[in-house]
Amino acid sequence: MIEIRIHGRGGQGAVIASQVLADAVFQEGRYVQAFPAFGVERRGAPVMAFTRIDDVPIRIHTQIYTPDHIMVLDPTLLDVVDVTAGLKDGAWILINSTRPPHTFTFPDRYRVATVDANAIAVKYRLGPRNAPIVNTAILGAFARLTGIVSLETLCEAVRSAVPIHPEENVAAVREAYQQVAEEGR
Amino acid sequence: MKKVVTGNYAVSWGARLARAQVIAAYPITPQTSIIEKLATFCADGEMEARFIKVESEHSAMAACIGASAAGARAFTATSGQGLLLMHEVVHWAAGARLPIVMGVVNRAIGPGWNIWTDQNDTLSQRDTGWLQFYCETNQEVLDTTIQAVKIAETVFLPAMVVLDAFLLSHTSEPVDIPDQAEVDAFLPPYRPELKLDLDDPRAFGALVLPSDYMEMRYKIQKAMERAVGVAEAVDHEWGERFGRSWGLVERYRLDDAEIALVTSGTVTGTSRVVVDELRDKGLKIGLLKVRMFRPFPHEKVRQALAGIEKVAVIDRNISFGDSGVFAQEVRAALYRADKRPPVFDFVTGLGGRDIVPATIREIVDYTVAHDAPVEEFTWIGVKK
Repeated sequence: MIEIRIHGRGGQGAVIASQVLADAVFQEGRYVQAFPAFGVERRGAPVMAFTRIDDVPIRIHTQIYTPDHIMVLDPTLLDVVDVTAGLKDGAWILINSTRPPHTFTFPDRYRVATVDANAIAVKYRLGPRNAPIVNTAILGAFARLTGIVSLETLCEAVRSAVPIHPEENVAAVREAYQQVAEEGR
Repeated sequence: MKKVVTGNYAVSWGARLARAQVIAAYPITPQTSIIEKLATFCADGEMEARFIKVESEHSAMAACIGASAAGARAFTATSGQGLLLMHEVVHWAAGARLPIVMGVVNRAIGPGWNIWTDQNDTLSQRDTGWLQFYCETNQEVLDTTIQAVKIAETVFLPAMVVLDAFLLSHTSEPVDIPDQAEVDAFLPPYRPELKLDLDDPRAFGALVLPSDYMEMRYKIQKAMERAVGVAEAVDHEWGERFGRSWGLVERYRLDDAEIALVTSGTVTGTSRVVVDELRDKGLKIGLLKVRMFRPFPHEKVRQALAGIEKVAVIDRNISFGDSGVFAQEVRAALYRADKRPPVFDFVTGLGGRDIVPATIREIVDYTVAHDAPVEEFTWIGVKK
């Protein structure tokens, strides 16, 4: 089983990202669960969302405590949330940031990658400039890093899930897939 | 059509495929997205239902009662405090023999104000005359919603389809959404024997004297007893048509088991994982899932637990001053058994506290370590 945790702020699309990822993986024949942190959400406040993936039907119904990978949609969350809580060794930490991965200080047991999802989202006019919706871009980078889902399946899932600007969102996925900067592999 | 949908949307799809004709509902977390989706279906013309906005849950049920009395297939959904506000008319719907179906997202009762899951809201409606089904997965939620309509309309009693807050309501899972034509073949339109009808006027809800009231209660009980067989037949027919059936109870790895967990709702799935893990270590353990809680399938529970040495009930609820509610029912059912195993009761997970594999392992360890319960029930995971 693969468990993924997405850290974001209310309004960035973390919950939708967890669902789109689940949709895409399900289209490729695996079993999935996606859910938000069970709480009260407010715009701008730290939020979490989760995706579980397995080759067999998923029977467990609990929150996720020891994720295999994490995505961080807003780098300022690193100052207020312990994003690596429970994170398994060898995990990918994918951060929406302009900084190169080596400038982040995480233990060596983790692999770090960054993508400037803000710039990509702004380029394709996804959300307002001062609060771009980065969820689709970050998924493109995540697909590249982990190989959990193919780019084409992800693009199709994004196309059918987003309510507006489907092609712009797909373009953001593709661009982030190409641009993701990684190290530690 | 297979889609990844939340438990709440599975309820909405169930009501849509069952062709509910009147929906009256009031929003409450974590039920809200059920009625948002139904409102969207109605607004988009994908459902031919009258959506009635009301000012409270009491009014929602009152509107469903009126609609059902007039011969319409009526549906609503609520949760927690909303169900409690509805309580007076919850009794009325059953007493009036109206087959209303209601999705209920289990939400803990305040204070302390809490939106997360436990079963005290629906279990507090235990004696209202409603059928109650507790679901483990989103697929089961969808299937049960449609099955409940058929069962309710066969025995003329209302039915609750119950799902855990967030663990199902807000969790997306793959769900096979059946074709409308196949559901139509399974579920014919509602044809009440009596209804509010201008061409055939009758009085409803009149005073009933002591000379007749008890017979009305007798008939509700008879309908409940009949519902056991009806629910089983409906589930069987569902299985033949759709390739899935759920049972009134389900026995999981119980054949040679010495210890049996008794579970309901999503705790069942997590418990299956623990049962498999402990089986691999050589412990003879299985579980009994109770899906239908009202009518309580006494005979099936007795049969399933025959030969078991110890029974451990997991209760995500508490009857203050007594114990967990499922344990009360299981103990009562086993009292008539030839051999009565000790029944351990574990109260845990109240107010949405997560029930994880470690919680269930602790329950099993306690059961293994004791020959018989040393108290009426045991708290698990409480800060004393």
